[in-house]
Amino acid sequence: MNVAASPASAERAAGDALLSIRKVEKQFAKRPVLCGISLDVASGEFLTILGESGSGKTTLLRLIAGFEQLDGGEIWMAGERLDQTPAYRRQVNTVFQSYAIFPHLSVFENVAYGLRAKSVPHGEIPTRVTQALAMVKMSEFAESAPSRLSGGQQQRVALARALVNRPRVLLLDEPLSALDANLRRQMQVELKSLQREVGITFIFVTHDQEEAMALSDRIALLRAGRLEQVAEPREIYGHPATAYAAQFIGQTNLLRAVVRNGIATAGPISWPSNGPSGAATFSLRPESIRLSSASQGVESDDATAHFHAQIQNQTFGGAMDLLEIDCGNSHLLRARVPSPGPLAGPQEFEFVAGDAVRVRDGS
Amino acid sequence: MYSRAYKTAVTIPPLAWVTIFLLIPYTILFCYSFWSVSSLQVIVHNWNLQNYEQLFRNPLYLTVLLRSIRIAGAVTLLALLLGYPLAYYLSFHAAKRKDMLYQLVIIPLWASYLVRGYAWKTILGSDGVLNGFLQYLHITHRPVEFFLYSPFAVILTLTHIYTPFTFLPIYASLEHVPRNLVEASHDLGASPFSTFLRVILPLSLPGVLAGATFAFVLTLGDFLAPLLVGGPSGIMISNIVVSLFGAAYNWPLGAAISLCMLLLVVTLLFATERLERRFTIS
Repeated sequence: MNVAASPASAERAAGDALLSIRKVEKQFAKRPVLCGISLDVASGEFLTILGESGSGKTTLLRLIAGFEQLDGGEIWMAGERLDQTPAYRRQVNTVFQSYAIFPHLSVFENVAYGLRAKSVPHGEIPTRVTQALAMVKMSEFAESAPSRLSGGQQQRVALARALVNRPRVLLLDEPLSALDANLRRQMQVELKSLQREVGITFIFVTHDQEEAMALSDRIALLRAGRLEQVAEPREIYGHPATAYAAQFIGQTNLLRAVVRNGIATAGPISWPSNGPSGAATFSLRPESIRLSSASQGVESDDATAHFHAQIQNQTFGGAMDLLEIDCGNSHLLRARVPSPGPLAGPQEFEFVAGDAVRVRDGS
Repeated sequence: MYSRAYKTAVTIPPLAWVTIFLLIPYTILFCYSFWSVSSLQVIVHNWNLQNYEQLFRNPLYLTVLLRSIRIAGAVTLLALLLGYPLAYYLSFHAAKRKDMLYQLVIIPLWASYLVRGYAWKTILGSDGVLNGFLQYLHITHRPVEFFLYSPFAVILTLTHIYTPFTFLPIYASLEHVPRNLVEASHDLGASPFSTFLRVILPLSLPGVLAGATFAFVLTLGDFLAPLLVGGPSGIMISNIVVSLFGAAYNWPLGAAISLCMLLLVVTLLFATERLERRFTIS
């Protein structure tokens, strides 16, 4: 298992895990899709399952919802076996990627669907539906036919339809992927504030790492059916456990280095590293590399690595420029620096040794 | 876009078809229905409403017409009761057997109508398979006569023949029910049965209507099954039309009955078409 949870999140998960996924296995036509997934989700948490398409993230969500059956392992919710409960008895609701709004029912009836199915007292239904529609700012569309709604509006109806049931866990399957960029950003903000407002546990599936970082309390990074890393966004960005995690979440430079006597060496660059000796891979974010302010001859402290490099390419990006630099032997690195004006030829660069994070390289 | 000549070229064949094979014959039929047959067995072109009067005054025609409608209703109901569960099973639960079962429903359509009609004659007759079987089991001691040559035999035969026509549109509409709506319904706490009633059935109504219309209209106009297995008590309106145009030599009255049936069927098609459109959601 490739799970490296941060101490804080591990503590929280152990404290009051609402949902507990234990050694879950799933195959499709004998092809493994999920292999030994274990994950605890705390009450009120916003957890994102992040992964490329085909990583098994939607399958994991469908297992929690009850649309697929486990081939191994268990899923528990609040001390009860969830995986042996039929989908329609689970206190879990889903916002589908394609919204799955009932086309033959009005917006109001779509939202009321779950309440009617669960025989909520008749008098209570209009109040709760109205509240739910107000929450997603869709009150004026209550009597509309779904076919008249835009994608973003259908999205809101789908959200209201799920939340009106007051589920213990809300599952969201790439709910924003069909929206255009602007609407998407707006919905991200609304989704996050909605989650804080209702205090329901959200499990959010996406392939978009920026969306994951913007929204989540924790990210569970899934790769080919296995959990790569589960941690808070800052933790996973600052201390990626694996080369894959470092590359998938944000941009990075992977330095294949050799560690000997507390010094890591990758081509012409070396820096102090107190890990075990031997071959190792380090992740160095482009923004960790900066142009040396110090001129030649000035001694710096041990914790900073210095190196020369040729500027290969400079891309102007407003406040920050992206530099492609060659440190010799065609050892290419990317650096993101505050726009320095046009640069050319050899330059001095430096980075803080601690920013080169040793990662497992399992590829 | 397309040239004028091209547009004309593609419009003419269907237009010619409709004119030659539908409009002109129906116009002729329409004219006939207002003529009459003289005592010398000659059709005379004296325009009058006698045929329509006779149609409503002679209890024979009304009785047979009502019987035809009853039989068509019964066949429609049975075809729906057989076709819907079958289509539902195939669409939602058959999994790998789906293609094979679908073929099994379709294959009887390749067999000639007459073959299927005669098959029932062989099964239901007094020396037939059913009577032989019942006597072999000592359930009956003499051949049961009422199996064959009765409205019952007509209903049975036509149900067998027209159920695939009901099955097909229902199956097509069930296949079009988005499966994520079924999942959404379960997700929102509706049991499988409740999901069927509140999502699957409403969304398959256009197919049910189309299938019911097929069974009803095809049965109403059927004359071979009553001829083969109906006997005197199983006569339907089309048999009367056939005899009026044949042995009885009263084309004008036959034309009047035909037009009344046409009116009935067109009204029905129009009504179901409107209903279907109401149930179909874009």
